[in-house]
Amino acid sequence: MTGIDFILAHYNYSASIILMALGFYIVISRGNLIKKIVGLNLFQVSVFMLYISMGKVSGGTAPILTGKPELFSNPLPHVLILTAIVVGVATTAIGLALIVRIKDAYGVIEEDEILVMDRAREQLDARSG
Amino acid sequence: MILQHLAILQVMLPLLAAPLCVLSRSPLLAWGIAALAGLFALAGSFILFAQVLNAGVISYHIGNWAPPWGIEFRLDAANSFVLVVVSLVGAVCILYGRRSIEREIPEDDQPLFYTMLLLCFAGMLGVTSTGDAFNLFVFLEIFSLSSYVLVAMGAERDRRALTAAFTYLLLGTIGATFYVIGLGFVYALTGTLNMADMAVRITGMAGSGTLRVAFAFMIIGMGLKLAIFPMHLWLPNAYAFAPSIVTALLAGTATKVALYVLLRILFTIFSPAYPFESQTLQYLFLPLGLAGVFVASIVALFQQDVKRVLAWSSIAQSGYFLLGVSFASVGGLMASIVHLFNHAIMKSGLFLAVGCVVYRTGSCSIASFRGLGHKMPWTMAAFVIGGLSMIGIPATIGFTSKWYLILAALERGWWPVAIAIVAGSLLALFYFGRIIEAAYLQPSTDDSTITEAPLSMLAPMWMLTISCLALGIDSELTVSAARAAAEALFLDPHAGLPAHTGP
Amino acid sequence: MMFALGPETVLQLILLVPGLGAILIGATNRFPNLRDALSLLIATALCALAVWLLLDHVAGGIARLQLTPIVQGLPILFVAEPIGLVFAVLASALWIVITAYSIGYMRKNNEPHQTRFYICFAIAMASTMGIALAGNLLTLFLFYEILTLSTYPLVVHHETDAARRAGRVYLGLLLSSSILFLLPAIIWTWFLAGTLDFTRGGILAGKIEGTQAAILFALFLFGAGKAALMPLHRWLPAAMIAPTPVSAFLHAVAVVKAGVFTILKVGVYIFGVGFLASVQASEWMLWVSAFSLIAASVIALGKDDLKARLAYSTIAQLAYVTMGVCLATVMGMVGGAMQLVTHALGKITLFMCAGAIYLATGKTRISDMRGLGRVMPFTFGAFLLGALSIIGIPPLGGAWSKWFLMMGASDAGHLAALGIWMLSSLLSLAYLIPLVARGFFLPLQEEEDRPQAQGREISVIRLARLREAPLWCVVPACITALLSVLVYFAGPAIAGFILPALGP
Repeated sequence: MTGIDFILAHYNYSASIILMALGFYIVISRGNLIKKIVGLNLFQVSVFMLYISMGKVSGGTAPILTGKPELFSNPLPHVLILTAIVVGVATTAIGLALIVRIKDAYGVIEEDEILVMDRAREQLDARSG
Repeated sequence: MILQHLAILQVMLPLLAAPLCVLSRSPLLAWGIAALAGLFALAGSFILFAQVLNAGVISYHIGNWAPPWGIEFRLDAANSFVLVVVSLVGAVCILYGRRSIEREIPEDDQPLFYTMLLLCFAGMLGVTSTGDAFNLFVFLEIFSLSSYVLVAMGAERDRRALTAAFTYLLLGTIGATFYVIGLGFVYALTGTLNMADMAVRITGMAGSGTLRVAFAFMIIGMGLKLAIFPMHLWLPNAYAFAPSIVTALLAGTATKVALYVLLRILFTIFSPAYPFESQTLQYLFLPLGLAGVFVASIVALFQQDVKRVLAWSSIAQSGYFLLGVSFASVGGLMASIVHLFNHAIMKSGLFLAVGCVVYRTGSCSIASFRGLGHKMPWTMAAFVIGGLSMIGIPATIGFTSKWYLILAALERGWWPVAIAIVAGSLLALFYFGRIIEAAYLQPSTDDSTITEAPLSMLAPMWMLTISCLALGIDSELTVSAARAAAEALFLDPHAGLPAHTGP
Repeated sequence: MMFALGPETVLQLILLVPGLGAILIGATNRFPNLRDALSLLIATALCALAVWLLLDHVAGGIARLQLTPIVQGLPILFVAEPIGLVFAVLASALWIVITAYSIGYMRKNNEPHQTRFYICFAIAMASTMGIALAGNLLTLFLFYEILTLSTYPLVVHHETDAARRAGRVYLGLLLSSSILFLLPAIIWTWFLAGTLDFTRGGILAGKIEGTQAAILFALFLFGAGKAALMPLHRWLPAAMIAPTPVSAFLHAVAVVKAGVFTILKVGVYIFGVGFLASVQASEWMLWVSAFSLIAASVIALGKDDLKARLAYSTIAQLAYVTMGVCLATVMGMVGGAMQLVTHALGKITLFMCAGAIYLATGKTRISDMRGLGRVMPFTFGAFLLGALSIIGIPPLGGAWSKWFLMMGASDAGHLAALGIWMLSSLLSLAYLIPLVARGFFLPLQEEEDRPQAQGREISVIRLARLREAPLWCVVPACITALLSVLVYFAGPAIAGFILPALGP
């Protein structure tokens, strides 16, 4: 199998990796806190995809008991990811709630502007201490 | 009946008590519920620990589904010991918390605060107890999500708590997601989620590239949670701006639980031969550990805020854990586990003392510590004892940690590491010296009438301080427990494993 | 007596009495007279207990007390053995004297925080007893560190900026050296020998050799930073900022003695005299301590401040003990132990005299102390005796330690050491005696200010009107001076008591 064929045969992995890298890049590079959360979501979703695609058995159907012996996909990764999605939603919720509070407290949601304010505060503390 | 289900009850009770706190609406009632749950967990963990030491591994099958299909709570010498640490620190923090929370959290939010505290506590207990790798992730997220909220509650005192919590959330989520990715690969290889079962199926796969990727993801993920240098950036701000009680709880338990998970991954899922012989992880952990000890200690020297000093010191202590692990010997692992217990006790004690100072002065800068030696003698005495313990003066538990770490280094013949360990504790002398000197030898800046903290705060704090001394003078208990834990992890990770037939 | 005193009970009491004493002293904070009386009483009780233990040992008793393990296999252990008993009796006896002196000094000088002062004294004393009677290295290390910590509040007693700086040097150097050198040395020894018990003939024989042994020995010597071996001596002059009783306590009773005592114990019971000689681990440390000896003496010569001069003199005198141990001969060790005793008596006298002079006249510089001997004859007489003992002139105790040390040097064939000691005796003569001579033979400074008195020398000692310090301060100094004389006659007995412990 050549390199290209290998990658094509594992296209689900490639897709996950590209998504993951994108998400991670957004978390690191964007200053806007909302965009960071978006990146974080992409990052998590890529992992969900990885799991779900892993559970797929070629030619298998949905794992529903019909009485006949059938080839079906592995349901466990789906169940796991259901839990992980819940966790992801909770994380997003907390992240957004924090952003709302940050907006209230600082008036902005740009990371570098917040950093400037915090630095100023630190210098003030250092001078008074 | 209760004893039989204790393994699950001791996680479920705090978890179930959490919604009760929401309903209670009264801070005092919520505190009462939380305290009861905490004390129950504490008693339960001691009973479980004794059972494990006497009768061996406890395996509890949730819903009576046999592992590896069902979720198993599996308690051996290692995690039952960590369970004791977590529930001890947790219970003490909750008992201590009432007055401190009254001061730092608005009244309406207090029942919710206790809810989060209990969720966080239950999450940590769950991470420690479970034998199922995915269940571990779920508990990890319960504890992480609630701790983001808890850190953000410090916003009442300083808005920087919000950004600290946000950074913590980003990095914590990335860490947990990394763990899940790694787990996914291991699952793809082995088809099981039960950690003990995984360990059996992994044997013989040492050459697999997938396994290596999984291993790397899991280690990095936990490294983020443990704040291993250089993945520590979330920690100082989160500790500095969180409410005092939260800092004490997290410092005493969160990194300890993360360390425990790291040990589980290294020693149970991948048996010791894999990380240390085929992947030579020690040559990564050793320099990182040393760098962590020195960089963090030196940064601690220049902090103006006591909470920050202690936070950086915590990062340095993560370095010591890593050193102990990198020795890849029973002695080293035991030293790490002894230090895990000891550091939890002393660092929580120190943060509780800082909490008392914040309660009275509203600040925790070194300048605000001036003259407190005379005004708050009991608080500062506890602080001094905690500090001496961090430095490693004999007759404190910190000394026991240092002793076994150095001994393990000598056993490996790595004497430069032994020198580095003592040099690191010397740095602790300097950063604690600064604070203690300010407290006792510098006149206070204002002549306000600051008095001693209330008894309800002093008593739980002194419980930790006294155990810091008592267990330092007689270390038999901790050391033999840690030795049992280390042997359970290192020597025979698959001992007492039921013979599973694969799915 | 209501109950029979067993050796174990006495061992417990010897640690408990000063410990509980500290609490009692704290409780009587508001009643200074009661508090001071209590301090004296506790000191006396402690001394009686130590003497009891000594007599018990002479009678053949073996006192041993084992407590909880600090680390697995290493309990807190106390065993009475000759060198330790001598140190315990010496320290507890001098504690009585220094307590009496402190009462006089602190009251006359109206010092603040007197209760804290006495509490710290008592805790320091408890840890000194712990050091003296420690049965293994770890126990010794434990009390060694407590001693450092409990004397820190004494050093920073005045809480001024200067005191804080001095305290930093004091605590920093002592804790650093013990953590950086002594602790690794102890763990290394434990790793090699599997035990840390003080055993006759040592525990390291055959376990370590060559360069490694030399390194381990050096770690112990520098690790016992309280022995003030150069270049780790800075804490000692820094600690001079403290009130004089504290200086006397640091120099004679507890701290520096704990340092050299540790070195002695390591030499005798960890390495063992025979093993130490055979591996030649100490050869190069001998030269380090010889350098320390000469350098400190020369610096002492140049100091005009009396306490600073005495501090450097202490550094020099401590190097005698280290050199004695480094000689690795039985006589050298005996000499070291004797030096510990006689220097304690001599130096405590000198410090108490320095304090008395300060109390009576407010003078600290030697150049200002002309003619004072004529108004303070008792103080200066005591000072003379103490100085002569330290120089090593019979019939004073110091003569014996110098004698045994020189025997040890000739046993080892170390003629260079003999030469160094002779030189150093001359140097100590030069830095101690001029003060006394000028005190007695030059006119008082005030008289000198009158024109006709300028440059006038007096050939006979003429006493002027007495202007001594309070009795509480002068009498203790005289007592220790007389004890220095007594020790000369007890010398052979002490040496005979210690000697059996040194064999294999």
